[in-house]
Amino acid sequence: MTRPLRTVLPPDALDSTDRAILNALQDGFPLTPRPYDDAGADLGVTGDDLIVRLARLRDLGAITRFGPFFDAAEMGGAFCLCAMAVPSHRFDAVMTQVNAHPEVAHNYERTHALNMWFVLATDTPDGIDRTARAIEDETGLKVMLFPKLEEYFIGFRVQA
Amino acid sequence: MTLDSVDRRIVQATQAGLPLVTEPYAQVAATLGLTESEVIARLAAMQDRGVIRRIALAPNHYALGMTANGMSVWDVDDDRISELGTQIGTLPFVTHCYQRPRALPEWPYNLFAMLHGESRSEVQEKQAQVAAILGNACRGHDILYSTRILKKTGLRLRDD
Repeated sequence: MTRPLRTVLPPDALDSTDRAILNALQDGFPLTPRPYDDAGADLGVTGDDLIVRLARLRDLGAITRFGPFFDAAEMGGAFCLCAMAVPSHRFDAVMTQVNAHPEVAHNYERTHALNMWFVLATDTPDGIDRTARAIEDETGLKVMLFPKLEEYFIGFRVQA
Repeated sequence: MTLDSVDRRIVQATQAGLPLVTEPYAQVAATLGLTESEVIARLAAMQDRGVIRRIALAPNHYALGMTANGMSVWDVDDDRISELGTQIGTLPFVTHCYQRPRALPEWPYNLFAMLHGESRSEVQEKQAQVAAILGNACRGHDILYSTRILKKTGLRLRDD
């Protein structure tokens, strides 16, 4: 990711076909030899046009990823949302310590006493606790674990 | 571990994204010394097993004008959370909706729903819609806005 994540595209950056692509391809993609042709047919574009548009959407930063989404738990690993209350004067130093762990997949600063929220993704179930304990040892701060108990759906739609 | 070494190589070859070429699975196969049909069959099997949640794109909400995102958190009656969480998960502006453990006393919330909008006031309107659905099954709630992305890499399998 070379493009800054926090740039808003001008309103005319995407046409209605781009928006239809953004909506449709969040749900799935064919496992066929020529999947862009097949997905494009449903959207009224050729496979070549779909490839060009996806490349442009990626280069613009309108999409962050296109491909298989893996479930770490099903692969024998684990995911866990974690939170820490970091004193403001130590925030950047703690961020550097936390982000240095390759197991930290996302990390956000949020408006709360628990002001640092990150996701651990590990190859093995015990990797979560091990990484959380390592972060606690390094920072002297408590890492609170919020593993998902149940998932109710993931989706997002742009105005078509 | 539910992945054999060939699956694992396919995961590693595609975790950064699916190639934007007419025959992407054939290209992945060529880099791994496999056949296209084997790559497709293994991806399909991983999808059936839930190792791959879906092959899809991830939109960049911020670039698309959804510059305000709030992690709304709710203290919901345990007896009703499954029914209500499912309802909240179907709302079009909710991207991630999970039941997670409370961490009493400092964290009474057990339902997490990510809300996206073009402004904080739009997110607040959506928060009110969620509150209306939860009704008296909700004993308290809060919302945490993200003020900075500190890291975003997604899941990476180690190359070992």
